[in-house]
Amino acid sequence: MLAFISRSIIQKIITLFFVSVVSFLIIHLAPGKPSQVDPLNPKFTPEVVERFRKEFHLDKPLHVQYLYFYRDLFTGQTVSWKDNQSVLNKIWERFLNSLPLFIVGTILTWTLSFPIGIRSAIFRGHIYDRSTTFFSYLMISIPGFFFAYILIIFVVTRFHVPVIGMETFGLGDAPIPHVLMDRIWHLLLPSILGATGGIAVLSRYVRSQMLEVEGQEYIRTAKAKGLPPELVHYKHALRNALLPFVTMFGLILPGLIGGSVIIESIFSWPGMGRMAYEAILARDYPVILTVNFVSAVLVLVGTFISDILYLVVDPRIRL
Amino acid sequence: MNLEKKTSQPDFQLERPMAPKSSQIKEFWLVFSNNRLAIGGMIIFILFFCSALLGLFLTSGPDPIFDPAQIRLQEKLRPPLAKANLDTLRPEEVPRMGIYFFGTDDLGRDVFARMLQGAWVSLTVGFVAVGIAILIGIFMGGIAGYFGQHYLGAVSIDTLIMRIVDIMLCFPSFFLILTVVALLPASIYNIMIVIGLTSWMGTTRFVRAEFLSLREQDFVVAARALGVNNFRIIFRHMMPNAIAPVLVSATIGIATAILTEAGLSFLGFGVPPPHATWGNILSDGKRFIFDAPWLTFIPGIAILIVVLSFNLFGEGLRDSLNPKLRQRR
Repeated sequence: MLAFISRSIIQKIITLFFVSVVSFLIIHLAPGKPSQVDPLNPKFTPEVVERFRKEFHLDKPLHVQYLYFYRDLFTGQTVSWKDNQSVLNKIWERFLNSLPLFIVGTILTWTLSFPIGIRSAIFRGHIYDRSTTFFSYLMISIPGFFFAYILIIFVVTRFHVPVIGMETFGLGDAPIPHVLMDRIWHLLLPSILGATGGIAVLSRYVRSQMLEVEGQEYIRTAKAKGLPPELVHYKHALRNALLPFVTMFGLILPGLIGGSVIIESIFSWPGMGRMAYEAILARDYPVILTVNFVSAVLVLVGTFISDILYLVVDPRIRL
Repeated sequence: MNLEKKTSQPDFQLERPMAPKSSQIKEFWLVFSNNRLAIGGMIIFILFFCSALLGLFLTSGPDPIFDPAQIRLQEKLRPPLAKANLDTLRPEEVPRMGIYFFGTDDLGRDVFARMLQGAWVSLTVGFVAVGIAILIGIFMGGIAGYFGQHYLGAVSIDTLIMRIVDIMLCFPSFFLILTVVALLPASIYNIMIVIGLTSWMGTTRFVRAEFLSLREQDFVVAARALGVNNFRIIFRHMMPNAIAPVLVSATIGIATAILTEAGLSFLGFGVPPPHATWGNILSDGKRFIFDAPWLTFIPGIAILIVVLSFNLFGEGLRDSLNPKLRQRR
């Protein structure tokens, strides 16, 4: 067990190193220079560009730049090229904005997809199963922003509540319940949008897992000895079908930083995804690279956690 | 089961070889035709393919039948099925049959013509991107599965390739595509290539897994014992047996690529202006969503239907190509 953990950690660190190299190369070898972002700006004289290049080590060879960048990242000194603020602070601030979306979205996904999936597995081939199947494919296939517009039009014309942004501007000293409701309305649409794809995929997965377990012999035995169907479905079948999902808890971790670029830009939500998008537009390399690095770390930590969880919950796997 | 039936008959002779009664394709069709959603998906898939080809034919050339680039500022934002106002238009500006089937956009361009042109562009983006991904995937997966045990220095080829896959999987895919597309000059080819280069990992894993199990099977061992060269073993003997999951993931991959292109267009990094794609018709239309909802809904629903049909078709393929499900019948 300890050997497995240490070997896997070493492997992940090596992977992380290569990810950092590859992302650095992609960014720096792409055509165009960050100093050319705004060539028409009269304040951007050649001297300023030269100073800028010196300040951020852009005049050094690539591998030296790489070392400088990751030294700064690990000592927490990386600054954004755009506004000279600490990148880690910026990310943390935006992360706190994205967090409620992530939490509500995750809760919606995990609480809705299980009942849907289990029910359609139990009623396999019935009208319920077929319609949920069709709806899941519909939800997977709909372009996110198109769906967002449909929902916005629906909510705004039907309920007359503002939904763009994190809160209504200028509410001032409105009563607390009013402010609270306002925040909830603003939170609801983007999190539903973020969750639909997840619900569709996860409920299909729950369904196929349940079907697989329901076909096992011990389920037939349980049914044959006259146990009530609820007991068979929810105790004997469900508990065994849950196994792969325990490990999926590790895999939702990367979603923490991903944030949806598209959903956040539609709703003007000042979250991670939007920050990354703005950084790409401004060629703010430190921000892009840091976001990339942090998300790679989260992916690796997530897979590590899910490996460990597998070891813990599945007694058949022993090293 | 074929065997049991035949051996029970007394007059059974072992002279003729016992080929399976129905061919692979017949078996496949038996399962596939039972899945109504998949059939619907396939029909829409074929319709879309035909209309994209037709669209290419009708909207290109020096004097296209439906001109997607004709600007008529006096006729902007006309609703679908509106008659063209013949008094204000020069004769060469009049749309075919004098009707705007899908209305016009903010520059007075015929949305029907643009949709026709966009169908072909969206289809090419999907097919080329997935083609690139599949080629890389088969190549990498094939090498990892077949030549996996050979060592390059300290690590085996298999380890090397699978670590590359792991590294690629660490990047958040849409964000990576967005970054690269934004840094590169805007062009339709860059978008196809970037989507292709960032989505080959799944195929690699499938092909590797298939090859690992196939290379131990008797027919491959026999081929090797006969002295068939590696190239022929891989492409003639193993690949046809490994192609089913690749086909499925390609079908679904095309759907994903079309959605990705639409998402990129929405953020302003899609296929640049001379080409119309459904993604950029939709993202141009979003500014007029209350005044001209058809500019949003027509391309949106078109994307939805096409992507849905690809997904349903792909899932149907997966079910019918799955030997476990086939034998259950």
